[in-house]
Amino acid sequence: MEIGTVVGLGLIATTLVLVVKKERPEIAVLLSVATGVVVFLLLMDKIAAVVQVFTDLGERAGLNSLYLGIIFKIIGISYLAEFGAQICRDAGEGAIAQKIELAAKIMVLILAIPILMAVLESLLKLLPE
Amino acid sequence: MASIEIIFKIAGVGILTAVIHTVLKHAGKEEQAYMATLAGVSIVLFWVIQILAELFSEIKTVFKLF
Repeated sequence: MEIGTVVGLGLIATTLVLVVKKERPEIAVLLSVATGVVVFLLLMDKIAAVVQVFTDLGERAGLNSLYLGIIFKIIGISYLAEFGAQICRDAGEGAIAQKIELAAKIMVLILAIPILMAVLESLLKLLPE
Repeated sequence: MASIEIIFKIAGVGILTAVIHTVLKHAGKEEQAYMATLAGVSIVLFWVIQILAELFSEIKTVFKLF
């Protein structure tokens, strides 16, 4: 019944945000940040287990662990950026949210460069001399 | 480990600062009302930054972002 915990937490937090928002909007924003963090920390064990399973599968398939690590890093960056951008957007700062997303895209692109280079290398090997 | 308590703590501080702000404003002490609000926001920001640091370090270890 972990899902019950998360849903109940979300409903309670929403009610509290609605109570606080009218008088103190800045504290309401911080309240929604705290809710997001608590929900994520509740999920942390499960996410770690999933990552572990994928790492094991990759090892069994003989996948280069470098690439799998890059994919996990990209997932982490995307999650963090989404978290921050969503909070900025909720607080009415769409411009800052878009800047955060831009930064995340650039960083993901930089992380993906090794994979891109590997693909190009294998393509070049396929080409006849 | 952050827990659900922190949400109630933040909401409590929010309601309390709202009440203090209203009371002080009606008493004609605008500056102190502003200061009370500022203090409330600072306290909550302090807590939120602490749990955010916890979240970031957890994400760093799980997704191996070093």
